[in-house]
Amino acid sequence: MMNECSRHRGMFKKFQPSTDIAGQTPVKSSVQRGIRSAILSSWKVDAETLEEIWPKKESIVHVKCRDHPSIYALHGEPLFFQHSDGPYFPTLRLLHKYPFILPHVRIDRGAIRFLLAGAHMMCPGLTSAGGWLPPAEAALAAGTPVAFDAEGKEFAVGIGITKVGTEEMKAVNKGIAVESVTYVGDDLWAVQRV
Amino acid sequence: MATAATTADASSTQPEKRATPPVQMFYCSVCTYPPEFCEFGNSLSKCKEWLQSESPDLYDKYYSDEALKAKLGTISQEAQSKLEEETAKKEAKAEAKADAALKKKLASQVVIKRIERNKRKFVTSVRGLEAFGVDLKKAAKLFAQKFATGGSVTKNAAGIDEIVVQGDVSQEIYDMIAEANEGGRDGGKGKKGLDVLKGVLVDNVEMVEEKRKKEPEQ
Repeated sequence: MMNECSRHRGMFKKFQPSTDIAGQTPVKSSVQRGIRSAILSSWKVDAETLEEIWPKKESIVHVKCRDHPSIYALHGEPLFFQHSDGPYFPTLRLLHKYPFILPHVRIDRGAIRFLLAGAHMMCPGLTSAGGWLPPAEAALAAGTPVAFDAEGKEFAVGIGITKVGTEEMKAVNKGIAVESVTYVGDDLWAVQRV
Repeated sequence: MATAATTADASSTQPEKRATPPVQMFYCSVCTYPPEFCEFGNSLSKCKEWLQSESPDLYDKYYSDEALKAKLGTISQEAQSKLEEETAKKEAKAEAKADAALKKKLASQVVIKRIERNKRKFVTSVRGLEAFGVDLKKAAKLFAQKFATGGSVTKNAAGIDEIVVQGDVSQEIYDMIAEANEGGRDGGKGKKGLDVLKGVLVDNVEMVEEKRKKEPEQ
């Protein structure tokens, strides 16, 4: 699991659409069905809303990138991405439109600028007064995609994947808690159309 | 920002029974962040200016005195001033970088080279257009179409992309670039259909001829 996580490290920190995109292919409809059901089961999204995001009749395009990330785009607009066979992440712009699709954690104000520089989030940034973690009954396991909210901010600032469970974060309160996958202003953010 | 708005519009035209409508997003057109994150970008003062003219309500929400006070949250005054200092520094740095980039752009050259292929046959290579923000692929297509010959983007020996057009069309290409940029760079009324070549400084365009290399000895 640890290995699986660390592969996400700085996925889109350096990403040049002109050189890092290896090719685009339409996705087979059987594969699309698989993706659809995977998203429905892993995101907090109902079928109707997903239908709005990605109508059943529309076929998505798989944008292969160097070093394994793949972006899935609808009409040239990136909707979600995946690393190898990892979980599907929405792009930040999609998350902004539908903020409820991922569970949220909140980082304190001091951590924002580190996140915007691509750093992983450490436990104290989430457990301090400005941060927020889901309560024990809604604890998240390790390896869950989460959205980063920021203290005093309305919109999500990034997306990450938990490295340890949220209860463990509270207990240990040390080291990397959530690895950042994408954040406002990284190179994926800059890709508005592919 | 515009893309977010238009896609949201497009998807809301066919409402589903229980689908949750998307949040209308509003992004800063200066730094592309949601406006509340402008303070972490490197063009804060420009973003502020933009937001004030674009949406005074939001400006008040994010930059009025109460908002600034509330924003402090759990962070200490000291850390906050440090943060601000850093932002200012970052901004200055970004500005210097933009300046340097502009200078580099002004200094960069476009070379139109006529290369002799075979006694009376030539190809024309155009190098350095990319420094002026010209899409090489589109430009190559334009040349190929205009001259009804082959035109392609190729990597030269140094690994830099250049456009190679068949035939001796160096003068014509020069004229096209000049025509596209009539009336100075940015703005001006360049000729239609040549938008691809816009932004090039005509003074920086140079034409050279290359003689064929010595005949290889048998």
